[in-house]
Amino acid sequence: MKALVAIKRVVDYNVKVRANSDNSDVELANVKMSMNPFCEIAVEEAVRLKEKGVVSEIVTVSIGTQQSQEQLRTSLALGADRSILVQADQPLEPLAVAKCLKAVCDDEKPDLILMGKQAIDGDNNQTGQMLASLLGCAQGTFASDVAVEDGKVAVTREIDGGLQTLSLSLPAVVTTDLRLNEPRYASLPNIMKSKSKPLATVNAAELGIDISPRTKQLGVEPPAQRQAGIMVSDVTQLVDKLKNEAKVIS
Amino acid sequence: MSILVVAEHNNQQLSPATLSALSAATQIGEVIDILVVGCDCQIVAEQAAVIPAVNKVIVADNAAYAHFIAENTAPLITTVADGYSHILATATTTAKNTMPRVAALLDVQAISDISAVVSEDTFKRPIYAGNLIATVQSSDAVKVITVRGTAFDAVASEGGSAPIEAVEQVHDLGISSFVDEQLAQSDRPELTAASIVISGGRGMASGDNFDLLYKIADKLGAAVGASRAAVDADFVPNDMQVGQTGKIVAPDLYIAVGISGAIQHLAGMKDSKVIVAINKDEEAPIFSVADYGLAADLFTALPELESKLS
Repeated sequence: MKALVAIKRVVDYNVKVRANSDNSDVELANVKMSMNPFCEIAVEEAVRLKEKGVVSEIVTVSIGTQQSQEQLRTSLALGADRSILVQADQPLEPLAVAKCLKAVCDDEKPDLILMGKQAIDGDNNQTGQMLASLLGCAQGTFASDVAVEDGKVAVTREIDGGLQTLSLSLPAVVTTDLRLNEPRYASLPNIMKSKSKPLATVNAAELGIDISPRTKQLGVEPPAQRQAGIMVSDVTQLVDKLKNEAKVIS
Repeated sequence: MSILVVAEHNNQQLSPATLSALSAATQIGEVIDILVVGCDCQIVAEQAAVIPAVNKVIVADNAAYAHFIAENTAPLITTVADGYSHILATATTTAKNTMPRVAALLDVQAISDISAVVSEDTFKRPIYAGNLIATVQSSDAVKVITVRGTAFDAVASEGGSAPIEAVEQVHDLGISSFVDEQLAQSDRPELTAASIVISGGRGMASGDNFDLLYKIADKLGAAVGASRAAVDADFVPNDMQVGQTGKIVAPDLYIAVGISGAIQHLAGMKDSKVIVAINKDEEAPIFSVADYGLAADLFTALPELESKLS
């Protein structure tokens, strides 16, 4: 069966982001970019399913600027077979990204669609659910375990109270949570090999779908800063402060 | 302008998280209806009916909704929401799973995890793990919104008497089925509702050492949480994770033990009223947000703290 993995190019998780000079957006000049960590987990899961013989072909897709080719090449080095870049020069909202992905899915007809549960830039946690909705298919969000059998996929989900397992008909969208797997690093020979794997580019504007923005970002600001408090010398003083100064324990 | 709030519950009990979404709704408009989707959930509808902020309770009670499977609940919510200007829910895993699906059915861009209401179409929300707060204005006719529970004070839960109305519509797409669930069993309070939370990080060194925290939690009536590092190291299950990718908490007292204070973790607890940090590394970033810091070895400090709390 065919697996499609959606990946996003984001500011590297180690970068401490800040607002730009006029507080209109995040400062992105000269900032290191990487594949969204949740997307790395999605790629890894697809590769593991291929190694188990469950998946026969892995197609990775990114919706973004031309530079997103870097992250697609990384996915090819990690084990994907081919990539598609849906090029969009403006940042797209989750709904628009889901619509672009739906157009790709209509064409590619994957059985399983894997993606990260959220991107660490916008923290929206929407695209997978929206794609499943647009495709009218099942969704298994926040996955910590994925098992394909008998034309279905069993997805164990990280929910607030613990874990929930659902059985989904295929095709299905699965979004990955942190504990699903530990992504591998690409080996040098595989990085070399990835350069000759196919990477197609289509222009988002040519897909004939409405990707116009529905929201406007009026500005960004740093969160309210907390004042550092005091250091206490020992446990006795700590308990005394909590009882008599902060009055949070009795 | 009328607002539909989707209730968070377990078919038995209305979750206090719902009161936060209602609180955000009161800042947007005055007519607020609440939708209870579930199975054998009449008792939840009755609990919702006595919330003074609620104008009307709508119940959709059917086996298809028993486990809140988004494939089934999203089309129902979409149908019920006809005529409302805003659809709100508190950003629990159920709402995060469901609301984007609702938004896509309505062809609108959802707004996740708002931390403030600026106006009926403009909201603030944390981005980049809470490193920045974005102000976002929506031009969609219907606003589909999830609400950060800790950012809105709960509305009163008793004193009203709203009418209860049933909807008979059943949406069962038949493409997803419930297999089982393993819910954490604990006599301690739920993390996001507890007034005191004590959390452990990588410094705890093992899952067994969390017993040191459990003993203190039981004396304080506290919930026990963990940093992502502790979860990644398999010390404790993920449902205990506090942080941007876990649960967001804002208790009266938050005690961080053996937690360095990665931004990821701070994003999940920095709105707590009083923060205590216990860490042997005096340079740990957690101390920069702590009201009271104790630079000490946790393996000696915790037993001492436990004995002093008696």
